[in-house]
Amino acid sequence: MTAPGAPDLQHVAGGTAVPEPPDVPNRADETSFEQKETVGLSQAQIVRRRFFRHRGAMISLIVLIFVLLLSVTSIGIGPIKGWWQWTPYDRPVPQNPRGEPTLSLPFFGGTGFAIGDHPMGQDETGRDLFAAIMRGVQNTMVVIIILALLSTTLGVVIGAVSGYFGGWWDAALMRFTDTIIIIPVILIAAVAGYAIGASGVLPVAIVLGLFLWTGLARLVRAEFLALREREFVDAARVAGASSRRIIFKHILPNSVGVVVVNTTLLMGAGILIEVGLSFLGFGIRPPDISLGSLISQYTGALTTRPWLFIWPGVFIIIIVLCIQFIGDGLRDAFDPRQKRIPKQKDLKEAVSSPSEATP
Amino acid sequence: MAIYIVRRLIAGFFVVLGASFIVYILVANAGDPLTSSYGITDPVARAQRISSLTASLNLDVNPVFRYFLWLKGVAGCFVGQCDFGYSITTNQPVTGDLAGRILITLKLVLAATILAVMIGIAIGIITALRQYSGFDYTITFFTFLFFSLPLFFVAVLLKEFVAIQFNDFITKGAHIPWWFIWTAALVVGLTVYSLTRGQLNRRLLFGGGAAVLVGGILYYMSVTQWLLDPGLGPIVIAILGLGIAIGITELTAGVRNKKALRTALTTAAVGLVLWYPLQFVFYQGMTIWILLGLLGLAIAVGIGIGYLWGGDDPGVSARTGAITALLMSAVIFLDRTMQAWGPYTANEAIRGRPIKTIGDSQAGLDGDFWIQTVDVFTHLLLPTLALILISLASYTRYTRASMLEVLNQDYIRTARAKGLTERTVVMRHAFRNAMIPLATIVAFDIGGLLGGAVITETVFQWDAMGRLFQSGLVNNDPNPVMAFFLVVAIVAVLFNILADLLYAALDPRIRVGSL
Repeated sequence: MTAPGAPDLQHVAGGTAVPEPPDVPNRADETSFEQKETVGLSQAQIVRRRFFRHRGAMISLIVLIFVLLLSVTSIGIGPIKGWWQWTPYDRPVPQNPRGEPTLSLPFFGGTGFAIGDHPMGQDETGRDLFAAIMRGVQNTMVVIIILALLSTTLGVVIGAVSGYFGGWWDAALMRFTDTIIIIPVILIAAVAGYAIGASGVLPVAIVLGLFLWTGLARLVRAEFLALREREFVDAARVAGASSRRIIFKHILPNSVGVVVVNTTLLMGAGILIEVGLSFLGFGIRPPDISLGSLISQYTGALTTRPWLFIWPGVFIIIIVLCIQFIGDGLRDAFDPRQKRIPKQKDLKEAVSSPSEATP
Repeated sequence: MAIYIVRRLIAGFFVVLGASFIVYILVANAGDPLTSSYGITDPVARAQRISSLTASLNLDVNPVFRYFLWLKGVAGCFVGQCDFGYSITTNQPVTGDLAGRILITLKLVLAATILAVMIGIAIGIITALRQYSGFDYTITFFTFLFFSLPLFFVAVLLKEFVAIQFNDFITKGAHIPWWFIWTAALVVGLTVYSLTRGQLNRRLLFGGGAAVLVGGILYYMSVTQWLLDPGLGPIVIAILGLGIAIGITELTAGVRNKKALRTALTTAAVGLVLWYPLQFVFYQGMTIWILLGLLGLAIAVGIGIGYLWGGDDPGVSARTGAITALLMSAVIFLDRTMQAWGPYTANEAIRGRPIKTIGDSQAGLDGDFWIQTVDVFTHLLLPTLALILISLASYTRYTRASMLEVLNQDYIRTARAKGLTERTVVMRHAFRNAMIPLATIVAFDIGGLLGGAVITETVFQWDAMGRLFQSGLVNNDPNPVMAFFLVVAIVAVLFNILADLLYAALDPRIRVGSL
């Protein structure tokens, strides 16, 4: 969109930019910013572009991948050994008195930079905390991936059936959802721990996944309620598509934004829920290690061995924070309503040089 | 409408009924209530204990039928005879202290929620109005950071670095360290700088002024050891009153509205004049009810002053007067509470370490109403702080998103185009509509409050609802767990219905029958 009125405007106003006199034709209005950015791109390309432009989300993604790689390569997975000399099950003799960390940083009380054999310290039995935390990161990741797979599947199917078919299905499934919502997760974890003797990584992950789908189901239902009235659904039905095809091929791709964003945020919340369960004594328990079990095991150690409490906490915060920012970036990318309100400065620039207007 | 409500209530009733059955079966499988009895060494006592527990908990009945026995006791609530069964750890009926526990939990979570909602909405609006500014990014980062903290992690850190350090600081004479004064002044200065709009000169002036003001106040507090025996006094109350009057008028009506401004100033002046006589009222026989009565009276007076000044739109003036009166009452209350701080710290039950890390009240504390009030505050401080930090993120983000969506609507453009002031556009057109989705979220959250405090209560050792649940689970004690669940479930379902009704009432586009 060009603005031939722009030079006249500056002339008339005597060099100072007076914004938008009423008679300027083709003025660069607010919508042109949005349109110029997305001209000739597919929906997926627009979303990808917007996500990659979200600085916080990109930094978080890199940090999260780095933490994952660190945890996988340092102590290895299963039988494969990593490059770190200790495993969480070794009990070496404490190197420093009381197992203090050997990590030394200038400006943080250290004399120079040194990593040492136990950078994050050792606990009272001599276990290397770095190795334990890395195992915790791995297990926590397993928990949230299983949780995400289970709860997304359940939430999408229940929400989709409820929203698409409506009527009796809707009433029954939504009352079922209400029932699940008010059952405390702690109770389920406690029952799983007692009745099946399961306090390991997999049972806790499955329990969380089976009971945390409710929020997603409601959101998917709301999306389906709105989308099933649209013309393209009618068109598909007239063309003879089955209900299953309409649900999975026509409506679901249109609500993928809601699903992706909420699954991401649920993964972040899932870590905190697992930590809370561990603290109350109903989560993952030793010998299995998770970040939650580590931090709750050392809750009382803050005054005597602070590193045992602080370091697992730092990793929890890093991981959840990264997931939050990625979720925020995805939400901005998927939500076309999250428009940027143009600043007065941008509008002026657009009026004076419409071809180079940068939002 | 009535049919809809009744239908929802019936559905909610069956949801609670169904969930309680599931939970009962789960609890019955979560542990053997006889576990502790097996540890009794004397065989006769063990047999007695086992048989008495079996009889009182109906353990010889299959859990499915036991549920109906339990339900029969609970159904007694409808005729005024609640029976939630016995707790095996206390050997008392669960019903006994249930109401007291609910009150303690409410005390814990209500203040935190109200504050978090108010602060979150305010920050959310500001970040929406200054979208993609440095302030927006900073706030977003910090709210996300706080949200990523596990609650008990924050709690443990707060206990160590806020409570214990502050108590040491009080003991050492309350001299504020220089680094703190500089940091506080810098943070406030930068915030004000980034929030001010306009030329660089103006922004620097405002930011610098705020920094100097905060630094000066902190320095004064340090030199006079103000924190040992705080209080505001009439001069500070007068300054605060003036600030409140102008600020509230600016938000509700704009200072151009002379009637509203006069109302606010008159109300503030009345509050200031009443400060001295009120000290005598406060001195004798205060109760929470007298206090609430005085608050209601103050708001009524504020409304009255608004109508007396009248003008074209007396409603606006009355609203301004009411809010000003509310805030002035808060200032006067704060002043009186501060006066009790010195005696409270010196109290022999406190021994100079006022900020508490555990419990909900100090045992063996004797003092008047104001000392007890300070005691409540010192116990509430850490849990409230922890809860606010964690729940701030969601309210801020929701408000910001909702506000941005509204600000992009066409009617906002229309309002701006017809020449309304920015204040009117933001406060009257945008804010009210942005609050509609938020109202339902808040209603929903309040419904979940009672059940959400399990970790908070455990880490701060408050003996209330959450502890009932947690210790019941740990000790394989089914009845307290069921009592907790039932109360939490009923409140959650009721507020869920309320949230839907609220949404329909606030947004006329939503038809209630179609929900």
